[in-house]
Amino acid sequence: MIWMTRTLIALACALVMPFSASAAEILCASTTSTENSGLFGSILPIFEKKTGIKVKVVARGTGAAIENGKRGDADVVFVHAREQELDAVKAGYFVNRHDVMYNDFVIIGPKNDPAKIKGARSAAEAMKKISASGLSFVSRGDKSGTHTKELELWKKIFVDPKGQKWYLEVGQGMEKTQRIAHEKQAYTLTDRGTWLATKDKDKLDMGIVFEGDPLLFNQYGIMAVNPEKHKHVKYAEAMQFVNWLVSKEGQQAIASFQDKNGNALFIANAKK
Amino acid sequence: MEYIYEAFAKALQLITALDNELLAIVLLSLEVSLGALCIASLAAIPLGVAIGLRSFPLRGLVLSIVNTCVGLPPVVVGLFVFLFLSRSGPLGGLGLLYTPTAMVVAQIILAFPIIVSLVQSAVSGVDPMVRLTALTLGATPQQADRVVVREAGTGIIAALVAGYGRLAAEVGAILIVGGNIAGATRVMTTTIAMEADKGNFELALALGIILLSISLMINAVLSAMQQRGMRRNL
Repeated sequence: MIWMTRTLIALACALVMPFSASAAEILCASTTSTENSGLFGSILPIFEKKTGIKVKVVARGTGAAIENGKRGDADVVFVHAREQELDAVKAGYFVNRHDVMYNDFVIIGPKNDPAKIKGARSAAEAMKKISASGLSFVSRGDKSGTHTKELELWKKIFVDPKGQKWYLEVGQGMEKTQRIAHEKQAYTLTDRGTWLATKDKDKLDMGIVFEGDPLLFNQYGIMAVNPEKHKHVKYAEAMQFVNWLVSKEGQQAIASFQDKNGNALFIANAKK
Repeated sequence: MEYIYEAFAKALQLITALDNELLAIVLLSLEVSLGALCIASLAAIPLGVAIGLRSFPLRGLVLSIVNTCVGLPPVVVGLFVFLFLSRSGPLGGLGLLYTPTAMVVAQIILAFPIIVSLVQSAVSGVDPMVRLTALTLGATPQQADRVVVREAGTGIIAALVAGYGRLAAEVGAILIVGGNIAGATRVMTTTIAMEADKGNFELALALGIILLSISLMINAVLSAMQQRGMRRNL
C-alpha cells in the first residue's frame, strides 16, 4: 500500500501546484447574450493588448450577474436591465454606471404566425394577442434582462401569465429558449443579436412576428463594483475597462463587431 | 444519425489539429479531476480502511451517513461550496471562487464519500479466515490488519476507478464554482454543456468523444495498477 500512498501524494502535489493567478486580470460578470454572440471574443483581445489587463468573463443571466457583483464575486458587471442596474447603484453596490450599447428585443414565433401577431401596432397589443390565442409562449423565467423586459410587457397589459397552461417558464439561456420555442412551435421574446446569430445555425423554423416598438429597446450598461462595499475588488483595473468601453476606441470596437453573416449585432451609444 | 457521424469526424479533426485552446481545456479537466481524486483518497482510503477493519459504537450510523453522501447531487455541493467561497461567505477572504482550486474543493467533497464507502466494503468483505490465519501464523494485530488491507487491494483500486468516473463526468458543481471562464476554469464537461446550449451539437458530441477516450486511457492505467496489486498478493 505504501507505493500507492506515495503515488497519490506525488500526483496530488504535481496536479494542484500549478494553479496560481496572474496579477492584471479582472472578473466581469456578464450575460449569455454578450458572450455567446461572440462580442467579447472580438473586443476583449483589443483591450488586453492595449492595457495588459485580462478580462475573465462569467456569463450568466442579468439577475445572477448583478447578484455576483453585489456579493463581491466580480469586479465589474456588464448587463442589460437598466432599472435593476440603477436600483443596485442607488443601493450602493455599484459605482460609475454607463450606457454602452444597445440592441432590441423582437417577438418571434412560428413562420405561419398562427396567432396573427404580424400587423400588431404595439408590443403590448402583440403580447395581448398571444395571451388570448391559447398558443404557447416560452419565457426565459431566469430573471435575465430579457425575462425582466417580458414581465414588464405582461404588466403593461395587466396579464399575469404565471401558472397559465400556455405559459412555459424554462429557466434557460436565450438560445436554448429559442430552440424550445421552435420545438414547441410557440412564441417567445428574444434579443435581435441572439436571433440573428443563431437562427440559421439552429435551423429555427421561426420568424420575427413583431419588432420596432421603442418599448423593446435593450440597453446594455456597465458598472464597477463599489470598492467601499468590497475592499478586495480591483477597482482601478475595472475602471480602466469601463472607461475603455465608453471611449471612442471601445465604442468603435463594438460598432465594428459583426456576426458570421455580416450583421452588426450591437449599436454603440455611450454618452460622452 | 448524421450528427453522430459528423461528431466523430469533428472529434478526429480536433484531435489531429491539437488546438492549443482545446489542449488547455483537456489538461485542466485532468488536473482538476485527478487532483481532487488524489487528495480525496489520501483521507478517504485510511478512513474507509478504519471503518472496514474495526467495529465501534454507531458504526452503522456512520456508514449510513457516508452512503447517503455517495448520492450527493453535484449542484447542491456546488452551491454549498459557492456560498462558502463567495466574497460574502465565510471563506471569501481567500479569493478562491471561480478558480480551479474551488473546482478541486467541490470535487473532493463529491469523491470522498464514494471512496470511503467502497474501500470500507472492500476491506470488510475480506474473508475473516485471512485475518485468523495471519494471527495463528504469529502476526501481530497490526500485521494482520495489513494483510487484510492488502487482500482488499483490488477493491480499493475499484473505489478509485468509481471516484474518478464520478469526477470526470461531473458538470453541475464545477460550473457553479468555476464559472466556465474561457482560458481559466473551462473544462471538458462545462464546454460540452455550453456548446450544447449554443446549438453546436457536433462540437459538443466531439468533445464528449474525446473525454471518453481520455477516461478510457486513465482506466487502463488504473486497471494496470490493479493487475500489479494482484500479482503482489500472489
